[in-house]
Amino acid sequence: MAHVSMVLNGKRVSGTVEDRTLLVAFIRENQGLTGTHVGCDTSQCGACVIHVDGKAVKACTMLAAQADGTEVVTLEGLAKGGTLHPVQAAFREHHGLQCGFCTPGMIMAAVDMIERHGAGNLDEATIRHELEGNICRCTGYQNIVKAIKAASDEMAGLQQAAE
Amino acid sequence: MYETNYHRAGSVADAAALLAKADDGKLLSGGQTLLPTMKQRLAAPSDLVDVTKIAELKGICEDGNAISIGAATTHAEVAASDLVKQKIPGLAKLAGGIGDPAVRHMGTIGGSIANNDPAADYPSALVALNATVTTNKRTLSAEDFFTGMFETALDDDEIVTSVSFPAAAKSAYAKYPNPASRYAMAGVFVAQQADGSVRVAVTGAGQDGVFRVPEMESALASNFAPDAVAGISVSADNLLSDIHGSSAYRANLVTVMAKRAVEAAS
Amino acid sequence: MGVDGIGARAVRKEDKRFITGKGRYTDDMTAQGMGYAAFVRSPHAHAKVVSIDSSAAEDMPGVDAVLTGEQLVGDGIGNLICGWMIHSKDGSPMNMGAWRAMEPEIVRFVGQAVAVVIADTAAQARDAADAVVVEYEELDAIVDAVAAMEDGAPQLHPEAPNNLIYDWEIGDEAAVNAAFEGAAHVTKMEITNNRLAPNPMEPRAALAIYDTAEEHFTLYTTSQNPHVARLVLSAFYAVAPEHKLRVIAPDVGGGFGSKIYIYPEEMVCLWASKRTERPVKWVSDRTEAFLTDAHGRDHNSVAEMALDADNKITGLRVKTVANLGAYMSLFSSSVPTYLYATLLSGQYNIPAIHANVKAVYTNTVPVDAYRGAGRPEATYLLERMMETAAREVGLSPAELRRKNFITEFPHQTPVIMCYDAGDYSATLDAAMAAIDYDGFAARKAEAASRGKLRGIGLSCYIEACGIAPSAAVGSLGAGVGLWESAEVRVNPVGTIEVLTGSHSHGQGHETTFAQLISERFGLDTDAVSIVHGDTDKVQFGMGTYGSRSGAVGMSAIVKALDKVEAKAKKIAAHLMEAAEGDITIEGGELKVAGTDKKLTFTEVALAAYTAHNLPDGMEPGLKEGAFYDPTNFTFPAGTYICEVEVDPETGTTDIISFVASDDFGKIINPMIVEGQVHGGLTQGIGQAMLENAAYDDTGQLLTASYMDYCMPRADDLPAEYRLSTHETLCPGNPLGMKGCGEAGAIGSPPAVINAITDAIGSNDLSMPATPEKVWQLCQTTTKAAAE
Ligand SMILES: Cc1cc2nc3c(=O)[nH]c(=O)nc-3n(C[C@H](O)[C@H](O)[C@H](O)COP(=O)(O)OP(=O)(O)OC[C@H]3O[C@@H](n4cnc5c(N)ncnc54)[C@H](O)[C@@H]3O)c2cc1C
Ligand code: FES
Ligand code: FES
Repeated sequence: MAHVSMVLNGKRVSGTVEDRTLLVAFIRENQGLTGTHVGCDTSQCGACVIHVDGKAVKACTMLAAQADGTEVVTLEGLAKGGTLHPVQAAFREHHGLQCGFCTPGMIMAAVDMIERHGAGNLDEATIRHELEGNICRCTGYQNIVKAIKAASDEMAGLQQAAE
Repeated sequence: MYETNYHRAGSVADAAALLAKADDGKLLSGGQTLLPTMKQRLAAPSDLVDVTKIAELKGICEDGNAISIGAATTHAEVAASDLVKQKIPGLAKLAGGIGDPAVRHMGTIGGSIANNDPAADYPSALVALNATVTTNKRTLSAEDFFTGMFETALDDDEIVTSVSFPAAAKSAYAKYPNPASRYAMAGVFVAQQADGSVRVAVTGAGQDGVFRVPEMESALASNFAPDAVAGISVSADNLLSDIHGSSAYRANLVTVMAKRAVEAAS
Repeated sequence: MGVDGIGARAVRKEDKRFITGKGRYTDDMTAQGMGYAAFVRSPHAHAKVVSIDSSAAEDMPGVDAVLTGEQLVGDGIGNLICGWMIHSKDGSPMNMGAWRAMEPEIVRFVGQAVAVVIADTAAQARDAADAVVVEYEELDAIVDAVAAMEDGAPQLHPEAPNNLIYDWEIGDEAAVNAAFEGAAHVTKMEITNNRLAPNPMEPRAALAIYDTAEEHFTLYTTSQNPHVARLVLSAFYAVAPEHKLRVIAPDVGGGFGSKIYIYPEEMVCLWASKRTERPVKWVSDRTEAFLTDAHGRDHNSVAEMALDADNKITGLRVKTVANLGAYMSLFSSSVPTYLYATLLSGQYNIPAIHANVKAVYTNTVPVDAYRGAGRPEATYLLERMMETAAREVGLSPAELRRKNFITEFPHQTPVIMCYDAGDYSATLDAAMAAIDYDGFAARKAEAASRGKLRGIGLSCYIEACGIAPSAAVGSLGAGVGLWESAEVRVNPVGTIEVLTGSHSHGQGHETTFAQLISERFGLDTDAVSIVHGDTDKVQFGMGTYGSRSGAVGMSAIVKALDKVEAKAKKIAAHLMEAAEGDITIEGGELKVAGTDKKLTFTEVALAAYTAHNLPDGMEPGLKEGAFYDPTNFTFPAGTYICEVEVDPETGTTDIISFVASDDFGKIINPMIVEGQVHGGLTQGIGQAMLENAAYDDTGQLLTASYMDYCMPRADDLPAEYRLSTHETLCPGNPLGMKGCGEAGAIGSPPAVINAITDAIGSNDLSMPATPEKVWQLCQTTTKAAAE
């Protein structure tokens, strides 16, 4: 058995789990945060994407034990003090979701994408390419791409305003 | 996934000791191949030895006229490295095209080459750039390292510690992805040395994994231009054939990707 | 939110929970003392089950029980059924073989369950399932539907000689023969419609909870139609009586048809929960989903079209073999018959049509309705034929279509359907203008200068939504009625709950349905809740599929709203001492026309419940229900045009532009409708270029994961789908709605294939148009051009 402790959405949490326990199972079952989803068994769909130490990873392809001592953010931890993250707000505004199942991974991947490229630096083709690891069966992606672009541009505006 | 025992190694020696103690232990690097395999219950190691916290296995540095990359360095780190982009742009491009962003944040060069998937990207770069692989026991040339589909020269208890890539005058990688998995259906890495010699290595297409194309190499040595390889085709006999592409189609892709790699390198 | 009525692009009320990780899907549910189920599945496509040894598994840690098909049958659990009776042309009923939820004797497809383990954790259950030793005696398998009918082919069910389920026909064969005798031109094609795996991103799941004291079951499950699930589970499978079974379909992560059906796993969870006296949960993994979710399509057809000297179509003859897999899934029989052949007239005036459909068993997972269900197969066949005929007779594809368009309504086709309204030229014109059809030749030349092959392809589709009326479908063999129910409950404070039998699993009903109420009473959509998906809350309903929730589900709501409005007006008139006919409703207020007298909606609602001052004889309360049974199908239609560029060196196809011009009748929320079209187009493009569920000759599924089954991803698609709508109202329902959920998937595949074949100058292309296939054809055409 592995004793796992981490900072999850800003809170220190710990638990004892089998060594084979995947991080996504630890988050969903041990910690009861069911906003992170599982859509495949080959690490390809991206429904499980979360941030570990500030980077997007697939929570279905990491052991809970590997995440011991890390800082983890899931979709539940994205909104701060009741204010939606610009990416969350943009997904709603641009109808970037239908059934909502891929949405947690999409939003977490989008936040990571914007951080890596820098707000305001994403174009349609880059966003599509960056979404290679996130499958959505409902939306046809068009509104997801629009939402990410809008959020990226809006965040650039916010940054500028803050400067 | 079957039950297993997870260990974190603090050093290469520690990792070797943990492996030696285990019944049927395996190194765990980025886990982007090993964990999916275990989830499908196609692998059942008794122990996993995590090498990603070993400082000596991490990082990219200049080593004379070569770039040395620690085994536990992620694809994302290689893709983003200014040093790699500047000295061997083809390698940075290749790393940036492996899987998706989340896979690149975890997957490592050591894990990729140790696995030697016939559709993996890195093997082509190692062979074309004439890289050397250093392990906790020895140093091997890339061509000696890759021995066949999912086969390498590594002993069961051997640990890749770094890969050293001599800088090339020109380098580029062109990949035709499998439409479903996005691994390489045919990937061609072309590297020209300062002396004008050229190496062309192909991944994704060969039944025995990565291979070189001597005919293309000599044609490019005398004329480093896309047209030089446009008429050269590899035999389909030893190429992979599956629902995504026959060996004949893959043979065609090798020629086209070689042409495009040369174009990108020029 | 605000007052968002009909036509408003209101953002979705349900999104808040989804974008914050607070959605509640079946796998998110837990119950005290819950055990997990893991199934033991056949690795063989066809085999006798010789023995099942579960002794080792039973002794493993955490294992509660290992249950087999024999026990299931012994407990009187019924076989899975197909609920639509089709008769062969000789009048005999379809040949249905027995399908048990776990098979004790002969397995007929890879992945079929033979036993289940219940254990304390999911991992323990899986470990133990792997330890169950099943001895099989392998039998020859058959996966090709045409070959399955041949003498000597392996036989699946004793009930179905030569594996033939039915040999059905529709239309006037003699009239068609006559048309062909007089034809000036005949176009003939063999057309395959490839097999698809539906792949909603949320895999199926179930949590069954048995209450020993009440002898009552609760089932949380990933269903598009919980009430139908309850009906079938009780009436046919004898799992529990209807009043002792509550089925809840909470948030459901997509369905596309595949979550209509009642599958073995959900049944087994219910039964196992009673046997083990603990809640039992099962969550499919993706591999299980590929192996056991009902697949879609899989037709092989030969089609012939007769044209007269003026290029008017005079006859259509179609022979189709439909692969239904190893068992008959719930609605499988209706898909290649009444949902397919009845649409073969397309948008065209075709005087004579005859179709013959043979449905066949094979050793593959059952095939049933998948987004579009039958209509994509009909559209693909007809629109490939139209494009091909145009090329053969030397007319532009648009001109041939226009020449044959139906222009007068109602129009009775020779294959049952009576189209009520439409304007096919309008959508064709709009699509051609949107893509700048006239500029295509210049774009093609420009592409050629870069070594690329450009092509353009049309598809003019029609579909039938909101299958109905109940009496008509009943006469065609349906086992259920196809109406919908609604209940509108006005609370004493004037907020409203709408209970609907429709189910939302991505369609946004919580928003669209609320817009109806907002429009009617001028209330904020926040004052409205839509309640669905729970058989304890909503009395009955038929669920969501076949684009029926607008045309049928919302019509039921409108009927209930009419009743609420009438009663509210009566109360208001009484309170304000005015004539009922003078009361108008506007901005949340009931007003007396021509005066400044008014009451708020809340005041009227409160008056209904306090009942201190109601008109004589009026019952207190403000709550009305309605059942709506439509008078006809609805007929959305439109034109899709696709422009592609092919790289002849690799066979890669890029979709440069895709335009869609649709007539969906009345649109409530354009934003949501566009989203439905985007998703449908993407699934259609997926079918045309990427997706294929492929079995090898021994019945192993070669595409059982995303490593091999090619799902459309963001970078496979054009930069932007350009959409427009043209509205002709459906006369058959109060709002004039037609439906939009499936059109994209129905209309797009032929547009793509017509474009690619146009680009490469070869018509011999089957779906999916993989790079290799396209490359190979490019090789042949360049060779031919050189010679
Ligand atoms: C969705 C997805 C898409 C992908 N797409 C691509 C792609 O397009 N191209 C591509 O090339 N790859 C692709 N991959 C594979 C990815 O690159 C993996 O990261 C890589 O193959 C393995 O690296 P790892 O660090 O994850 O190794 P692990 O999975 O941890 O290990 C792989 C194997 O290497 C062994 N090993 C690990 N480290 C060492 C070491 N230092 N010395 C000796 N043995 C070691 C392990 O024991 C194991 O047998 C994809 C993976 C996924 C999940
Ligand atoms: S569940 Fe993690 S990638 Fe699919
Ligand atoms: S919204 Fe349903 S899968 Fe993306």
